[in-house]
Amino acid sequence: MYRSNVLVCGGTGCTSSDSLKIVEKLKEEIAARGLEKEVNVITTGCFGLCALGPIVVIYPEGSFYSMVKLEDIPEIVEEHLLKGRIVTRLLYQETVEEDTIKSLNKTAFYAKQQRIALRNCGVIDPEKIDEYIAMDGYAALGKVLTEMTPTEVIETILASGLRGRGGAGFPTGLKWKFAAANDADQKYVCCNADEGDPGAFMDRSILEGDPHALLEAMAIAGYAIGATKGYVYVRAEYPIAVNRLQIAIDQAHEYGLLGDNIFGTDFCFDIQLRLGAGAFVCGEETSLMTSIEGKRGEPRPRPPFPAVKGLYKKPTILNNVETYANIPRIILLGADWFNTIGTEKSKGTKVFALGGKIEHTGLVEVPMGTTLREIVEEIGGGIPNGKKFKAAQTGGPSGGCIPPQHLDIPIDYDNLLAIGSMMGSGGLIVMDETTCMVDIAKFFLEFTVDESCGKCTPCRIGTKRLLEMLDKITKGQGTLEMIDEMEELCHYIKDNSLCGLGQTAPNPVLSTLHYFRDEYVQHVVDKKCVAGVCKDLLEFSIIKDKCFGCSMCARQCPAGAITVTDYTAPGKKKPAYEIDTAKCVKCGACLPTCKFGAIVKG
Amino acid sequence: MLKKISSIPFAGTPEQEAELKAVIAKHIDDPGAVMPVLQEAQDIYGYLPQEVQTMIAEGLNVPLEEVYGVSTFYSQFALSPKGKYNISVCMGTACYVKGSGDVLNKLSEELGIGAEECTLDGKFSLTACRCIGACGLAPVITINDDVYGRLTADMIPDILAKYKD
Repeated sequence: MYRSNVLVCGGTGCTSSDSLKIVEKLKEEIAARGLEKEVNVITTGCFGLCALGPIVVIYPEGSFYSMVKLEDIPEIVEEHLLKGRIVTRLLYQETVEEDTIKSLNKTAFYAKQQRIALRNCGVIDPEKIDEYIAMDGYAALGKVLTEMTPTEVIETILASGLRGRGGAGFPTGLKWKFAAANDADQKYVCCNADEGDPGAFMDRSILEGDPHALLEAMAIAGYAIGATKGYVYVRAEYPIAVNRLQIAIDQAHEYGLLGDNIFGTDFCFDIQLRLGAGAFVCGEETSLMTSIEGKRGEPRPRPPFPAVKGLYKKPTILNNVETYANIPRIILLGADWFNTIGTEKSKGTKVFALGGKIEHTGLVEVPMGTTLREIVEEIGGGIPNGKKFKAAQTGGPSGGCIPPQHLDIPIDYDNLLAIGSMMGSGGLIVMDETTCMVDIAKFFLEFTVDESCGKCTPCRIGTKRLLEMLDKITKGQGTLEMIDEMEELCHYIKDNSLCGLGQTAPNPVLSTLHYFRDEYVQHVVDKKCVAGVCKDLLEFSIIKDKCFGCSMCARQCPAGAITVTDYTAPGKKKPAYEIDTAKCVKCGACLPTCKFGAIVKG
Repeated sequence: MLKKISSIPFAGTPEQEAELKAVIAKHIDDPGAVMPVLQEAQDIYGYLPQEVQTMIAEGLNVPLEEVYGVSTFYSQFALSPKGKYNISVCMGTACYVKGSGDVLNKLSEELGIGAEECTLDGKFSLTACRCIGACGLAPVITINDDVYGRLTADMIPDILAKYKD
């Protein structure tokens, strides 16, 4: 029994800022004071508040130390762990209220969250199966195997209203029911952990913070549909997740929770890892299965659906990590409990990866129906540097941008579709006034052009043509007709592409065209980029009355475009400089050299 | 995705070849062996030149065309060698809106190479990579296993200086 438990985040965000060295240092300092029998150091999964990493939480006090540095460790150990005096100076300041310390759960970031999928992240040591079991782990699998029939399991999942968390929101129970209805000598349970959406990292956090929840849920799914084999398709770019998953699989085998005759029943289930090699299209179900077979991950037409002919042409179900993470809770607490959370058609919670121009970058899990305003302004802490909110991007390269007028819409699958975006896997990137919407559309199109597998023409050639037009517009070579042509092409690609990647690829263009058409028109007609992003449309100039004639900018200019004039501003001693826009290469090198704010871009 | 194919002559050692043969032998009976073998081969050689792909094709008894098809399909497989220090610039959305484009341009300017290229002395290579999931630190680059976050373009020269030994 330890008197203090020190939890250190070992997720990718915090390990990138050296949290593992902090663990070493903590252990060293604790040993140096002979406290190793009283104080336990635990490496956990992600706490969610990645912006404040590395994070150290000490219980029983619940003190939340943020942005901890190596040199802070001796002080924390000496003062807090040895002498019992909390080092208030190093705490996350929002938890400090005059003389008292607030619980972490009462801070703005956590207060509105409800954690189901992330319940164990940042709480348990993901590399120890005993800690998972202590949190009711594998109890759901036990209940299913000893008390429920496969049909009852499927009925429970159906009644819970759980929908796929990976993108389109297909009812999970229905998927299972279809696969269960097909007789075959072999069926498969697959997990999509390929999280290809740039800017989303919720699946990674679950894999890193609570890998056993996934294994337990896959075994439950296997029992429900009559499969004995499972595959987790996980990105090779997530080394920590891959490692912890493998540890979890080995431990589950050791405890008899995977393998033959689980819980003494005749149910056998085994799980293997398959590493993805970086292809966005492999998030599409038929592509992912082709990739598990070791081939080029190209999609194929549906039907037949995977529930009939999937992996190796056998009935297969594929769910996303976050979907699986909900399953054990639903089994233990019942469909009725899950039904009380969320909106009418979207039950439960959703994890969002908050990123971009926002104060609290990190992972948040909120009930469906929470508004975007609550997520951005209250949980996310608003936009830094006093900038204005311009749009939130959801759904990654398949989604769209949500403008300020829709900030109060309750977020669920159907509402997001209605305003031209989609839930996607849950990436939520906030943009402020310095983000150019045409440039963002171009960024996503570059991504899809790069990732298009090339199998069908509308996606392969259509997205390429779309990108060329966007490129022209950002260079000031666009026309108004081009905007209309783009719109037409978008609809053509949507209607005719083979798979989900192509069918959704035009969404970033369509949604920005819908909500920010003015910005496109400005690029085309006025040849201006108000956000100051599109280089070719920028113009640098010197406000002569502010210029002291110090010549710093002229010396920096690589193009020799800045020359002295014969005008001396009132109160200045030397003549002012000016920029020859014909010679200017718009590199922006002059901008930081001016100490007087005389150079402007726009 | 278009891949740059290396013009640098292949310099594999007999030890590496023996290691590759062991990997092939381990996987030869697995269905779908091409991908795992390519992944392990890349760990051995650092990249996948034509010579290595030919050995894999012959070893697994599949057409070279199929091996080449898989190696060019996935972005993780490299057909040209990486530098001693491989710099990956995260181009995920969160990093992009926080200026990773400027960081990439600055690196490219300082090193004199474009993305997916390697410097002539074999010291640095530059990659524009997909989201590495450290969005809280955006914009992020990695140099081999070192992670640098919350970057601006003007921090690049100092960071590079650490590797110019």
